[in-house]
Amino acid sequence: MNTTWRHKDLLGIQELTAEEITFLLDTAAAFKQVGERSIKKVPSLRGKTLVNLFIEPSTRTRTSFELAAKRLSADVININTTASSLVKGETLKDTALNLQALNADIIVIRHSAAGAPHFLARFLKASIINAGDGAHEHPTQALLDAFTIREHKGRIDGLNVTILGDILYSRVARSNIWLLTKLGARVTLAGPSTLVPRVFEQFGCRVVHDIETAIGDADVINLLRIQHERQRKTMFPSIGEYTAMFGLNKDRFARTKPDALIMHPGPINRGVEIDSEIADCDRSVILEQVTNGLAVRMAVLFVCSGGQL
Amino acid sequence: MKSLLIKGGRVIDPANHVDEVRDVFIAESKIVASAQDAEVIDARGKIVTPGLIDMHVHLREPGRGDKETVETGTRCAARGGFTSIVCMPNTTPAADNTGTIAFIRQRVAEVGCVNVFPTGAISKELKGEELAPIGSLKKAGIVALTDDGHCVQSNDLMRRAVEYAKMFNLPVLDHCQDYSLVADGVVHEGYWSAALGLRGWPATGEDVIVARNVLLAELTDWWIHCQHISSARSVQLIREAKRRGVKISAEACPHHFTMTDGCVKAYETNFKMNPPLRTEHDRDGILEGLADGTIDCIASDHAPHCTYEKEVEFDLAPFGIIGLETELALSLELVRKKVLTLPALIERFTTKPATLLRLNKGTLSMGADADVTIIDPEIEWTYDVTQSASKSRNSPFHGWQMRGKAERTIVGGVTKFP
Repeated sequence: MNTTWRHKDLLGIQELTAEEITFLLDTAAAFKQVGERSIKKVPSLRGKTLVNLFIEPSTRTRTSFELAAKRLSADVININTTASSLVKGETLKDTALNLQALNADIIVIRHSAAGAPHFLARFLKASIINAGDGAHEHPTQALLDAFTIREHKGRIDGLNVTILGDILYSRVARSNIWLLTKLGARVTLAGPSTLVPRVFEQFGCRVVHDIETAIGDADVINLLRIQHERQRKTMFPSIGEYTAMFGLNKDRFARTKPDALIMHPGPINRGVEIDSEIADCDRSVILEQVTNGLAVRMAVLFVCSGGQL
Repeated sequence: MKSLLIKGGRVIDPANHVDEVRDVFIAESKIVASAQDAEVIDARGKIVTPGLIDMHVHLREPGRGDKETVETGTRCAARGGFTSIVCMPNTTPAADNTGTIAFIRQRVAEVGCVNVFPTGAISKELKGEELAPIGSLKKAGIVALTDDGHCVQSNDLMRRAVEYAKMFNLPVLDHCQDYSLVADGVVHEGYWSAALGLRGWPATGEDVIVARNVLLAELTDWWIHCQHISSARSVQLIREAKRRGVKISAEACPHHFTMTDGCVKAYETNFKMNPPLRTEHDRDGILEGLADGTIDCIASDHAPHCTYEKEVEFDLAPFGIIGLETELALSLELVRKKVLTLPALIERFTTKPATLLRLNKGTLSMGADADVTIIDPEIEWTYDVTQSASKSRNSPFHGWQMRGKAERTIVGGVTKFP
């Protein structure tokens, strides 16, 4: 019997226990094997309807959720901002109630406003899966990052993980911080002081503004994109200066641990936060993250629908 | 009009340094020494005070009668024990012209349940660019100037407004918010904004303007009142300025001295207000400011919004909560926590705002207007916002256990509540 998972929704990592996170990762491992078969589809969610409600542009995450749902045999509807009635002045609540009236079982929501999934979960019967809410959380990204780290390092506990870049506006950073600290990793956050404020020390992280210190002892280096769309203009001088001060270039790469993993949630900006060749090197697991994302999302959809292996 | 005898209550009248059990007589809508054939109101075990004054209320009329009207807002005030309220000018159209002031006064005369003192805008359309016709607004009956909801960013315009207002004996009330520091912040900048991924509204965004106001009050030698102070540092700035004799005053809201920023953790939009809930440190700072008189008044910043406007994503929800009906009970908590004595609390609701705004109110002196609030300080009750007299339901205090309540609100000798 499935006693580890009791949630209908996945709103964030913050509210999960280490045991629940490990359970999701183990479930994802089983689904990864499914993806490697010649017939990649299982009937687990046959007859269920999943709505991808994307109120902020996304290609990678939406595609991943769509494919995950289809591999579980669910019916999938995609709604994105331009097509939705939200631009006609309907509230998110009304949009969601309409989806409920159509008997949607799972709503995967991406929204530029933090807390939007929590707001929906308060009044909807459907499962709500957070596919990224503003600068708050992106739980499936953190799960797929952890899954990838675990595959390569065999564990999370005791690892030094450095997250480098725009932490303040990053939902990926927040979900990773919660997950990694719950599972016993030592997390270092690095980047310009305006984007990596000291307040993050209260989350149990080390905060540094010197890239050499940040990456020297790291077992994993997770690079984040600079989120132009979420930022005020006063946060740092220029992309060029960011690259000069914090970009992972060949010199800096040469001083990392020889087995340090290079990760990035995408989309990558080659030549900005990461040197183009480093993005493609054998220590880069950026595309594996994408593959693992599918398995993780299958696991999430499956367990939030009450599925048991 | 029948005469009234309010019998046997503990009368607290700070203007006359009265705190004793005595009777209060009302005749011909005035406080009098005695009256024949008076209707007797038994006030034994109750507190009898001058009618309470709330100097920060949004009545939303004209323009947003779906949120609140003069009628519903003043009924809400009466229920909360307030006999006089000061309404803010951010209506549609804004109260930056004599027509709007005349309209509000006419509505008050027709349907108002308590005394309403309107404020006028500092700047045309509250845009912070050009001065509103301040002299004409004064003639139309305003008691103060404010761009509340907005903050005049130009130091020059603010300076000139205060200098000009001095000529008309009008205090200037300021919503202290530096737009460049606050930008699109929605919650206090700190642990919770970081954890929730919400844009931070730093306390410094208030402090900078409070400091500016201190300097301008000094320069102009005229009164600037800092509205709804939320930051401990702002309290300090005001305290230091008052010691130097600067003409600066301040108010605090019950939500800021009752709750902290952790309340927003479920993204519940009824905890979204401007300025935002801040830390324990800030809350303690406000309590100290209330205790030592740095903060002169308590006001609700009663800000009604429709439920459908609040039932949206946190970022998109309007700022503000209703507060007239919960204000007194939450403030009586200050007496129980020994922050203030009961007379000192009543002062912050009566003589202090009356003095700041030059209102002929807030006292039970012989011949004064018969505005009286009778308070049951111990009654326990639960706030049910669905039963509010307000048109709106945006209160974070729904379901809270309260202690103390206005039992009767008398305006000009007439009982308006219950």
